[in-house]
Amino acid sequence: MSTVAAPRTVERREHKHPGVGTVYAWELRKLRSQKRTYLGLGAAALVPLIFVIALLSSSGGPDEVPFGRYVKETGLAVPLVGLLFSSVWLFPLITSLVAGDIVSSEDNHGTLKTILTRSTERWQIFVAKLLAALTYVFAALVVFVSVGLVLGGTFWGFDPLTSLSGTQIPAGRGMLLIGASALAYFIPLIAIAAIAFLLSTVTHNSAAAVVGTLILSFMMQLLAIISGLDFMAPYLLSEQFDAWQGLLRDPTDWAPITHAAWVSACYAVPAVLWAFLAFLRRDVAG
Amino acid sequence: MSAAPAVEARALVKRYGRITAVDHVDLTVKAGDVYGYLGPNGAGKTTTLRMMLGLITPDAGTVKLFGRDPLVDGVRALDGVAGFVEAPRFYPYLNGRKNLELVAALDGGDAASRIDAALDTVELADRARDKVGGYSHGMRQRLGLAGALLRDPRLLILDEPATGLDPGGMRDMRLLIRRLADQGMTVLLSSHLMAEVEELCDRVVIISSGRVRYEGALDELIATTAGRYELRTTDDERAQQIAAAQRGIGDLERDARGLTFAAGERAATALSIALGEAGVGIAALVPRTATLEELFFRMTEEAPAGDLAPAGVSNDRRSATTDRHTPRAEEEVRA
Repeated sequence: MSTVAAPRTVERREHKHPGVGTVYAWELRKLRSQKRTYLGLGAAALVPLIFVIALLSSSGGPDEVPFGRYVKETGLAVPLVGLLFSSVWLFPLITSLVAGDIVSSEDNHGTLKTILTRSTERWQIFVAKLLAALTYVFAALVVFVSVGLVLGGTFWGFDPLTSLSGTQIPAGRGMLLIGASALAYFIPLIAIAAIAFLLSTVTHNSAAAVVGTLILSFMMQLLAIISGLDFMAPYLLSEQFDAWQGLLRDPTDWAPITHAAWVSACYAVPAVLWAFLAFLRRDVAG
Repeated sequence: MSAAPAVEARALVKRYGRITAVDHVDLTVKAGDVYGYLGPNGAGKTTTLRMMLGLITPDAGTVKLFGRDPLVDGVRALDGVAGFVEAPRFYPYLNGRKNLELVAALDGGDAASRIDAALDTVELADRARDKVGGYSHGMRQRLGLAGALLRDPRLLILDEPATGLDPGGMRDMRLLIRRLADQGMTVLLSSHLMAEVEELCDRVVIISSGRVRYEGALDELIATTAGRYELRTTDDERAQQIAAAQRGIGDLERDARGLTFAAGERAATALSIALGEAGVGIAALVPRTATLEELFFRMTEEAPAGDLAPAGVSNDRRSATTDRHTPRAEEEVRA
């Protein structure tokens, strides 16, 4: 090693510690540097493209689902129908891919000890990682809706959208409602992300966290379609993905959205608290 | 500058199930020390270092860095402290510089302004733009040291820093640690390399089965072994018989190179006269000081697992909490 003088030891003044914002920014930079990030975002862009190609190559449309009969009348319907289909596997997968990995990958790389021996408190790292995971999920949702909207508009224009109540929604308001629908769709995704984050924190294993989250998500979908368990359906996360449809009624029906909010909170809050305590108290021995 | 010791561990305990990895460890690293931390694999060295850095929580006892407890003061206890335990780890998908930028961001202050100097110091400037995933083990060790230097530490905690380095790299690492120490940095060095510790450290702690066997000045430890002699004669077998019968001669051993024994100066002189009278020629009678390696093995291997008393220390000398093998205790044993 060189004979360049090593840093001098000087009289110490109180050290200025970084805030959550700094850690959050670096979590985003780390995500940007990983291939799996683009896998999820790529899927979020690819699925609407495949959907549009399928629509173009067939004479009919998905008439059995809300807005399905309008997909070839206005591009505004395309991202909405896409949201319906994507709650089954796409968004649970994209969400768990990052939220289920963001803590356990530190274990896999052995880097938890690297970041925990700097000047950042554990809670700051926890909050930054959670925010980064949610940011990623939201970005994937934005990509999905945007690609669907652009492709839909390109092929079928932006004619007014027929609401679920049968009224006409002009293009401008329709786009605003699509944005609001994406936000409503994001609510149960927060809960999925929280569960993935919890599994990532307590298992220290990315694969277990990702697969575990997917299994939970599919199980809820399965429970929702078992007729004998109808009473459970309103409290399953999988059912909250349709809450956004209340925005596309006239007048707006807020009940499903508030219901989705508190049901999702019932899943998300305990999961985040559990993960928080586990992260704060854990021994980093690996 | 704080008057508190750089590291002060008191009755530190860490258990994993039924295994006690660290068993009432006391140690004090004073500011300016280059402090060697020695022990065989599984002795509890890394566990102790992890507790110092707040990575794991002790089951009992306290550890303070410059008077601050990581459990109480959080990362503020690490102000002025840097280092790594086991191999330093970085993000393989980021390059070396980006990794340092990341840890500097997590350090805050002016850590980022030291990146170039730190890379130069560990001679990684040329490879700083390469992804860490492609680094050799030695390069990661050096990057780990660079990461530590970003914090401009008063206390540097290094766990086997020379592991994986080639001989030149090991020499350079030693030189760098020596230079940092000369500049006033306190260094806590965990190492398996006795030569490294002997060359660098002025104080050592030797730990085995989670317990401290010795803590104190290195030269005092080595001085405790004064009083051993090497003897080569024209007839080692006959010399062994004579020595065994001689008063004041103890711990007599014989191998292909000759005899070794423990004795005071008077007993050694008496033995030489007895050998001469018996017609045994003395080729060499040399006072011998044990190396740190010999002392290390003596302290860590000779103590049976169930009886943790250090070599040469009877059970009644054991303290209630630790089996501290102090220089004073060594002298008592010799006496």
